[in-house]
Amino acid sequence: MGILEVKNVGKRFGGLQALSDVNLSVQEHTVHAIIGPNGAGKSTLLNCFVGKLIPDTGSVMFNGQSVLGLKPHQINQMGISRVFQTPEIFSDLNVLENVMISCFAKRDGAFRLHPFETVAHEVDIVEEAEQMLIDVNMIDKRHMNAASMSRGDKRRLEMAMCLAQKPKLLLLDEPTAGMARADTNNTIDLLKEINEKLDITMAIIEHDMHVVFSLADRITVLAQGTPLVEDTPENIKGHPKVKEAYLGEAA
Amino acid sequence: MKMLGLSKKDTTFLLIVIALTLLTPILLQPFPASSTLAQFNAGYPDLMQRFAIFGIFAIGFNILFGLTGYLSFGHAAFLGVGSYSVVWMYKLLGYNVVPGLILAIIVSALFALLIGFVSLRRSGIYFSILTLAFAQMCYNLAYSVLTPLTNGETGLQVYTNDAQVLMGENSPTSPHFFGIVMNESATWNVGGWQFVFNNGYYFTAIIAILVFYLSLRIFRSPFGLMLRAIKTNQTRLNYTGINTRPYTLAAFVISGMYAGLAGGLMASMDPLAGAERMQWTASGEVVLMVILGGAGTLMGPILGAGFIKYFENIFSKINDQVLHGWFAFLPDGLENFLIGVSHFFVGKSWHLTLGLLFMLVVIFLPGGLVEGGQRIANAFRKRKSGGDDAETEAQPSAAE
Ligand SMILES: Nc1ncnc2c1ncn2[C@@H]1O[C@H](COP(=O)(O)OP(=O)(O)OP(=O)(O)O)[C@@H](O)[C@H]1O
Ligand SMILES: [Mg+2]
Repeated sequence: MGILEVKNVGKRFGGLQALSDVNLSVQEHTVHAIIGPNGAGKSTLLNCFVGKLIPDTGSVMFNGQSVLGLKPHQINQMGISRVFQTPEIFSDLNVLENVMISCFAKRDGAFRLHPFETVAHEVDIVEEAEQMLIDVNMIDKRHMNAASMSRGDKRRLEMAMCLAQKPKLLLLDEPTAGMARADTNNTIDLLKEINEKLDITMAIIEHDMHVVFSLADRITVLAQGTPLVEDTPENIKGHPKVKEAYLGEAA
Repeated sequence: MKMLGLSKKDTTFLLIVIALTLLTPILLQPFPASSTLAQFNAGYPDLMQRFAIFGIFAIGFNILFGLTGYLSFGHAAFLGVGSYSVVWMYKLLGYNVVPGLILAIIVSALFALLIGFVSLRRSGIYFSILTLAFAQMCYNLAYSVLTPLTNGETGLQVYTNDAQVLMGENSPTSPHFFGIVMNESATWNVGGWQFVFNNGYYFTAIIAILVFYLSLRIFRSPFGLMLRAIKTNQTRLNYTGINTRPYTLAAFVISGMYAGLAGGLMASMDPLAGAERMQWTASGEVVLMVILGGAGTLMGPILGAGFIKYFENIFSKINDQVLHGWFAFLPDGLENFLIGVSHFFVGKSWHLTLGLLFMLVVIFLPGGLVEGGQRIANAFRKRKSGGDDAETEAQPSAAE
């Protein structure tokens, strides 16, 4: 049994069958990559894991518990964090505050009325958030307004926010898109380190094959809403069906 | 120096606010009583009380609107509820304002809980419309349906045959705080100046300082941080495991309690409560105050409330006669022309001036008067340090 078990998931948008009959099992402590051409349904699938979409058919089990019908904040509190394809951050707040919110959510749960404590006096939270920023190499930007950062930095910040929660499962939707080569390599190193050091499972959507082959333990290829193959990176590399799916896209 | 759990900067800030508030009767009376400019003095009890009360109203509204971005168009309902609560306590118990104010806060909290619970199921314009609808319902209920409770059109007031069970032989016969009668004042004449120190003003001012301190703590708290995060990106917050609904509801209830307290204080200064206090124009006014002053800033609501109340009371009193007095030294033609032009902006037309001012602020200073003040301060700082603005630019703009 994997930490995430997806069975027969289907999702329809009007006339478009975005997902059909998706079966997927993500094993604990592994990095599972989902690849596929544009519009294959990768983001849609991720949306079904985090409560943004409810699939029409099938089931999604996390840690033996169904996530269907739960609110996004409930699913997050179960231990699933998500990095979005377009970075979702608190652009009016500074970098440190962005990360601190994740730390508060981890410590205090979905709601806690604490109107008279002072943020600056929450030493543990501040330290935790600063440590996270050191880990992602952003500590020098901690007082910067999140909106004024580069796209790559916003992504890195969003990743830091998710990691600060110490999730059991981290979902990453194209985490290196829009990053410079050097930043991409840093991100790969960071994710590798996290996967080795911490008890975190990752599911990653990525177009950059360099990233995929550096990180993934297993790869699922999705095309037109259905998984074509699932295998190890070595076997996927030369797989005819995979080539076909990508070449078909290119033509 | 640090105190009351505030940072050094906030402590200084609070001390300045306290000093300004306590010295208001002097600061607002800059012109000698006999000068022609005495017209612009605002240091009379009635107006100062209004500054403090609307300041409280706006500070509370800012906790909802300024921090979370949820724009309520129904906060006047709580104002009315607060006033009715206080007058009822006068009728049943006596003229001490304390039971009434406590009741005002409790009842407005309950109302806010109900209205907020329903309205917060939607956001944006739909939320605004829902709050507006609720407030109009409250207004109509107070005006006609619930006449036994509100005395309808006439308004609720104290009659000689009311129970007033706690009234003793020597109890004051107007609102008081354990014997300190609200409408009593001490007058101080120095030179040509006349300063009035009114009990009611100081009572409201001290409460205003207390609730300002509370709002300062809320701004700096994890709760306040969550509210600001709600304004920026609710999606991210939901996917970070935060349930935003109870946070917005808490903010709504807190701001409703501030409004209820403000309404209660109105009835503490003048023992009357009428349905017109709940009208949508009153809800709109507090929105104007907060935006004009600077939404989401600490000082903004106070500045905005002061500005609007000053305009309402001072500009509206400048009639043609006063204008004649000012322009008398000019040749007749020019005098009449100037009076004709001014006529549109003062006296009964003061709303026009306010409207223009509001437009100018919204267009050129989206951060309100506070932003204006910051820009001026920055300009001075820049001149001093020779154009090195890197530091000031990087400052977080929120919550100053
Ligand atoms: N909310 C929605 N309503 C209607 N159609 C949608 C919705 N979300 C996605 N789709 C459609 O479903 C299909 C799959 O979209 P999805 O975003 O999952 O693709 P993807 O694999 O993530 O592609 P990309 O690599 O471009 O991110 C697309 O054709 C898209 O237009
Ligand atoms: Mg996608």
